[in-house]
Amino acid sequence: MATTTPPKPVANLDEATVRFCGDSGDGMQLAGTQFTNTSALLGNDVATFPDFPAEIRAPRGTKAGVSGFQIHFSSNEIFTPGDTVDALVAMNPAALTTNLADLRDGGILLVNQDAFEKKGLGQAGYETNPIEDGNLDKYMLHSVPMTKLTRLAVEDCGLSQKEADRCRNFFAMGLVFWLYDRSLEPTLRFIDTKFGKRPEVAQANTSALKAGYHYGETVEAISTQYHVAPAKLPPGTYRNIVGNQAIAWGLLAAAKLSDKQLFMGAYPITPATAILEELNKHKNFNVLTFQAEDEIAAMTSTIGAAFAGSMSVTASSGPGIALKGEGLGLAVITELPMVVINVQRGGPSTGLPTKTEQSDLAQALFGRNGECPMPVIAAQSPGDCFDIAIEAWRMAVEYMTPVFVLTDGYIANGSEPWKVPVVSELPKIVIDHPGPLADGETFSPYERDEKLSRPWAIPGTPGLEHRLGGLEKEDISGNVCYDPNNHEHMCNLRAEKVAKIADSIPLQQLDGPESGDLLVLSWGGTYGACATAVHTAQAEGKKVSHCQLRYLNPFPKNFAEILTKFDKVLIPELNLGQLASVIRSTFLIDTIDLNKMQGKPFSVAEIVSKINSIVA
Amino acid sequence: MSIETPLPVLKPADFASDQDVRWCPGCGDYSILAQMKKMLPTLGLPRENIVFISGIGCSSRFPYYMDTYGMHSIHGRAPAVATGLKTCRPDLQVWVITGDGDGLSIGGNHLMHCIRRNMDLNIVLFNNRIYGLTKGQYSPTSPLGKKTKSSPMGSIDNPLHPLSLAIGCEATFVARSIDTNIKHLSATLKRAADHQGTAFVEVYQNCNVFNDGAWEYAKDRKSKAETTLELEHGKPLIFGKDRDKGIRLNGLEPEVVELGKGITEDDLLFHDERSPEPSLAYLLSRMRYEDGFPEPIGVFRSVDAPRYDVQINEQVEQSIKEKGRGDLEALFNSGDTWKVT
Ligand code: SF4
Repeated sequence: MATTTPPKPVANLDEATVRFCGDSGDGMQLAGTQFTNTSALLGNDVATFPDFPAEIRAPRGTKAGVSGFQIHFSSNEIFTPGDTVDALVAMNPAALTTNLADLRDGGILLVNQDAFEKKGLGQAGYETNPIEDGNLDKYMLHSVPMTKLTRLAVEDCGLSQKEADRCRNFFAMGLVFWLYDRSLEPTLRFIDTKFGKRPEVAQANTSALKAGYHYGETVEAISTQYHVAPAKLPPGTYRNIVGNQAIAWGLLAAAKLSDKQLFMGAYPITPATAILEELNKHKNFNVLTFQAEDEIAAMTSTIGAAFAGSMSVTASSGPGIALKGEGLGLAVITELPMVVINVQRGGPSTGLPTKTEQSDLAQALFGRNGECPMPVIAAQSPGDCFDIAIEAWRMAVEYMTPVFVLTDGYIANGSEPWKVPVVSELPKIVIDHPGPLADGETFSPYERDEKLSRPWAIPGTPGLEHRLGGLEKEDISGNVCYDPNNHEHMCNLRAEKVAKIADSIPLQQLDGPESGDLLVLSWGGTYGACATAVHTAQAEGKKVSHCQLRYLNPFPKNFAEILTKFDKVLIPELNLGQLASVIRSTFLIDTIDLNKMQGKPFSVAEIVSKINSIVA
Repeated sequence: MSIETPLPVLKPADFASDQDVRWCPGCGDYSILAQMKKMLPTLGLPRENIVFISGIGCSSRFPYYMDTYGMHSIHGRAPAVATGLKTCRPDLQVWVITGDGDGLSIGGNHLMHCIRRNMDLNIVLFNNRIYGLTKGQYSPTSPLGKKTKSSPMGSIDNPLHPLSLAIGCEATFVARSIDTNIKHLSATLKRAADHQGTAFVEVYQNCNVFNDGAWEYAKDRKSKAETTLELEHGKPLIFGKDRDKGIRLNGLEPEVVELGKGITEDDLLFHDERSPEPSLAYLLSRMRYEDGFPEPIGVFRSVDAPRYDVQINEQVEQSIKEKGRGDLEALFNSGDTWKVT
């Protein structure tokens, strides 16, 4: 479409953060995802934070139903979705009132003017209309009649008014795409694949998208366009990846690398379900997905599949993991290899299903009856979920043990550019099943190798018939045994075996000097905020280093020594100090804790200010 | 796994493990174990392709006494463990050994779902109407009024009837036998083994220590012809020492009638284990001794239906046919990617 208006000035930025927010029916997740993919394709580094409403069917227009998606995109390497927002798109008053606090002063505010009517304002608790009463003067407010303009744009497509209104998010997207100088192409392709079967809907969304873009081009009130140049990432092929998708792909890769069939036993639970769903898309990778009747069956079917000789996995979140506890004990005592994924969410009990937290570390380390050691590892970012899945399976088969993988709602739903690995360069996982035995030879299912690992004998192998079970087993023979000394010996062996995994994991790396005034010690999804905060402190000349723990049980061999090299240790956690209490009791050192229990990740500023309060 | 060489002929003793059997002397479990060992060689399967999975309870010690693959899992979960195993390995013959407490109380949910999926598993539920391993508390099949250590004033829990439950879950194979009726038991286990899909077998089992005589009416040589009725496919329901009584339908209710006096075999209910409608099987499962009926033993229902374990693997095959065998390189590079140089 030819435009008569002259091009507007373009300002160059290093980075920007945009948040789309609206009612959960407004398609904000889709808008955010499209903006992310487009920015990633453009070569920006990106980090995202989708924020889902706690209630799926909250009444329309209420604060409980607000859904948001934040994207931080940059021409430099970034690790977090951004503390404050440079541009906020609010589709209704409820979205505005719940999100405005994060918009920086002077930031761009795009609102759907048509939604700011009496009912909507009332639901959001506004007595006067904020877009008219001057209360938004400190922002660059653009009040756009998005509903009206979208209806006009799609007029010829033959949609009902309700359907037409559903295209509003594409109008908003188009406007923001123009604002940040992004191409419409990826979204047009997306529309084609997604709505190809309903050409009238595809046409309407395309029209709405373009109308939004042209609105930005032509309307005088929006005077500047912004440009964020591509980031200088290491060379390679990239794609955008979401954490849960990455972990599913990591599982697929691990199964291929070990030449195994992949079995997943799972029960739907937020925020882990997407892993089950993703694997279901890839049955052609020899994937069996069993949606069990409950979490207990999800766990115990996983044990059955491990006994069968498959690569066996279950994924859940805190309350589900609690139900799996008894099964995990059986997995530990039968010493069968499997991967158990906990995508952590706010607890206790049902807690905050859609919000993030790191409060299941203690559960992973200690949440079973008896002396029941399990290795625990944690992913640090969406893309890292891929690697962690492969590493978990390597540990599981090398040491014949269930392995806990911790991620959280924040990295599971967040996304980042992911450097596509070269498949031939991924490490093979070698598995040796013992072969058939001749008549007369006896098989000892609990005889161990130098790693203290027992043989993985699978049904169907002649001569290796044996019985596993939850009763204590005699060393070597594996027969049921109530001998007190044997029990103590077996408990020690199981603990020793898990401790020995430290022989097979990399030494702990530090970001920063090997000694100093302060060590910021983090694990899991707090990585990005901590890394960024420590870089800030280091740039100010502070003697601060960052240690991101990937292996939480066992710890890397050099970890104890690292702790002694710093005057103080700061542990930021989205819990009330779970890693801190392990560090204190294991290494007998003092720690400074920074805890947050708001269902939200740390902002960089929170960590920076804590660092500044410790190191002048 | 393909086995080219002819199978060695196995004997019952080949299925015995080297472990001492530790049930109480006189326990009904011994007989079930013996019949299982006697029946298995008749199937012609190699030992290594047979797996026994159990939960917790006296009956669940069963796998330890079989020289096959096995797992003594956790309370109530055997059907779920077996589901994972069988899903990955349809080539194995998988048995689930459970009891009335294990299968119907703590594991009721798994049992129900396992049956409705029609996993190809053989489930044998040893029903002794008591918790034996924990020394004598009432179980989900204990009759009302049953006095036990945990119900000194009599149980007020309405009992579950395992076969009614199984039929309610659309079980494709349902049968009942009795621990001491060894020929019948062995034949019933064989029928279960041959069935494609979930085979659910209830065995009346005597716990001579904590609930001795619970099934005496059905086991006693003098009374059993009057208190039990052996089902035969296509045959009328006749019972009694002199085979002079039968079951007739009166509307939707069964009634006991005497043959002769104007009532012939043709007036009786005929057993049809292959009826696609489970109503007849359900009606049979509701015939109780305490209500004046003989209790049917044998195969109540045996029909064909799609198996979960087969279908889940077929979906993999179908997906491979449609999309080709999964290729990581192609997956990673699917959709939008960009190059940084
Ligand atoms: S307690 Fe009862 S069921 Fe258990 S072994 Fe003894 S007799 Fe058998």
